[in-house]
Amino acid sequence: MPPKRLVPREFFSTTRLVIVAGKGGVGKTTVTAVLARAAADAGLRVVAVDLDGKPTLGELIGDLPHLSLTAPDALAEYLETHGLKRVAKRLAASGVIDVVSTAAPGIDDIVVLGKLKAMERSGDHDVIVVDGPAAGHAITFLLSARGLLDTVRGGPIRTQALDVLDMLSDPARCQVVLVTLPETTPVNELVETAYALEERVGVQLGPVVVNGVDGWGDGDDDGRDDGDLEIPAGTDPVLAAAARFRNGRRAMQRRELARLSDALAIEQIRLPYVVTAGLTSDDVARLAAGL
Amino acid sequence: MPPPSIAETLRTAEVVICCGSGGVGKTTTAAVLGLQLAVDGRRVVVVTIDPAKRLADALGIPGGLGNDPVRLTIDDPDGADGADGARGELWAMMLDTAATFDGLVRANAPSAAQAERILANRFYRNIAGALSGTQEYMAAERLHALHDDPRFDVVIVDTPPTRHALDFLEAPGTLTRFLDHPLFKLLMLPTRRGLRVLNVAAQPMLRTIGKVVGGDVLADAIAFFQAFDGMETGFRERADEVMTLLRSDATRYVLVAAPKRDTIDEARYFAGRLAQSQLGVSVLVVNRSTPTFGRPAGTTKRTPSNARLWANHDELVSMAAAERDQLEPLVSDVMPAPVCWVPMLPGDVHDLSALHEIRRLLFGPSMTNG
Repeated sequence: MPPKRLVPREFFSTTRLVIVAGKGGVGKTTVTAVLARAAADAGLRVVAVDLDGKPTLGELIGDLPHLSLTAPDALAEYLETHGLKRVAKRLAASGVIDVVSTAAPGIDDIVVLGKLKAMERSGDHDVIVVDGPAAGHAITFLLSARGLLDTVRGGPIRTQALDVLDMLSDPARCQVVLVTLPETTPVNELVETAYALEERVGVQLGPVVVNGVDGWGDGDDDGRDDGDLEIPAGTDPVLAAAARFRNGRRAMQRRELARLSDALAIEQIRLPYVVTAGLTSDDVARLAAGL
Repeated sequence: MPPPSIAETLRTAEVVICCGSGGVGKTTTAAVLGLQLAVDGRRVVVVTIDPAKRLADALGIPGGLGNDPVRLTIDDPDGADGADGARGELWAMMLDTAATFDGLVRANAPSAAQAERILANRFYRNIAGALSGTQEYMAAERLHALHDDPRFDVVIVDTPPTRHALDFLEAPGTLTRFLDHPLFKLLMLPTRRGLRVLNVAAQPMLRTIGKVVGGDVLADAIAFFQAFDGMETGFRERADEVMTLLRSDATRYVLVAAPKRDTIDEARYFAGRLAQSQLGVSVLVVNRSTPTFGRPAGTTKRTPSNARLWANHDELVSMAAAERDQLEPLVSDVMPAPVCWVPMLPGDVHDLSALHEIRRLLFGPSMTNG
């Protein structure tokens, strides 16, 4: 299957909430920033959301609207809006939230999802792009609604879980974008996560993003395979060694991209590898423009 | 004075803690260090928390790893450096947090009946699997047990890929985090005065929690803490011993990073965390760095026909330079620890000969015993 070009307006017109998930180190935050930028460039009202309170996403999206949504904050806000304002502060300060979330696993996830649901419903944004939890936790995170229905038999949390479940199973409201690198282990994990999400969570998968695809050595970032570097006899040994290394990496990349296409019949978006000491919001804007 | 080599740094270690963020090859590095120490004649056990089947595959364990150590074959299939003669042993296991916690409860409970009551409690089952910090605590606990095990000279621990991985370095209180929990204190104070918490409604805080999570969930929690009453001392003593070991001269900290901004930030966080506890990074391993191959000969001119080859060479050189710049702050953070650069390999690591290849890159060809 040839890689397709993502037309941001088309993709973002199919759904409102996009949750980006993937194994640690695959560039989930970068992809979140690129998708948010692409949506903004398409003239949509977008907000990018991180769930870990780290500054990276905010730095990568420049002047786009950004929200940091951590579980303790979301739980405190939830309690406040449910008539428990006075105890909310005490709960958070004393760390009892830690025990509450242990006693009913998933409660912290459900309030975060609940908040996202409220944003999705508010009509204030055309697109909400979320830098989601790492792959393993992504499944737990998205399964929290189903899990809580078993343990919590009544009350506001149960209502919340039911609402979230409605949203997750409606592709027009929410989709998950999985991110990987063109390498063996990340591809394996992506395939496992994809099946788990479809079967156990029932959420719609959007396109898969393959990040860090080698620009194929000829200086263009067109995402096309320009083939191996030819090493004629008599080539300078240093140039030859460098070329052999690059060809080796490309062979692996080609193999992994093919394996991913075989394993998952989902559209792939490829983001080129960026040679830089640290990605900036300018790089993100360039990647978004190249989609 | 040049920094000591990685081999020298690890020669007398009894415990090696590998830390770093996810996706940097931490598990592979732990395995490679274990392989080298075993080749050097020591009896090594590697404790991994990474459920990736890949490591088990690489180590030749088709069924995967379990909570008990299994002995591995370490012969280099390529036989490139025949470090024959006095060979050590390499063992590996995967930490099962819940099973380790169960063992600790059984060992500390005053009676078998009380142990079973705790093990069956739903709140306990959630804690054993999920409470933040539990996995780190159980890794430390397991490490202590393996350190005392006469079968092994060295224990290598692959820590969880979270920021909490080094929480066990704090006061022993943090090791037993749930015992210091406000809810636990809230419930336990009355029992110390000889009164049992029978009426949840008497506590406004508990009433609130009950409203949110449901009464039965809260009842489970209370039953757990009541059953646990009296077992704290044993847990705390054990935690103190683990702390002492982790702060001793016998323990080394290996920081694993890759040349990517987010993983470098995480590594710097860990380095700071160790410094805070008056501990130093013993070795920094930088995996997946872009290799360079030297400078082409002066007579090799740029021509239209070799333009792509030059472009490729230049690009690798600039990638490698960008990576070094990016890593500079981390390298100065960990000084004077040796820094080992492991170049990106043309393929993924999924067999023993690949592990041996990385071992040779890290340590150089192995010395024959002398």
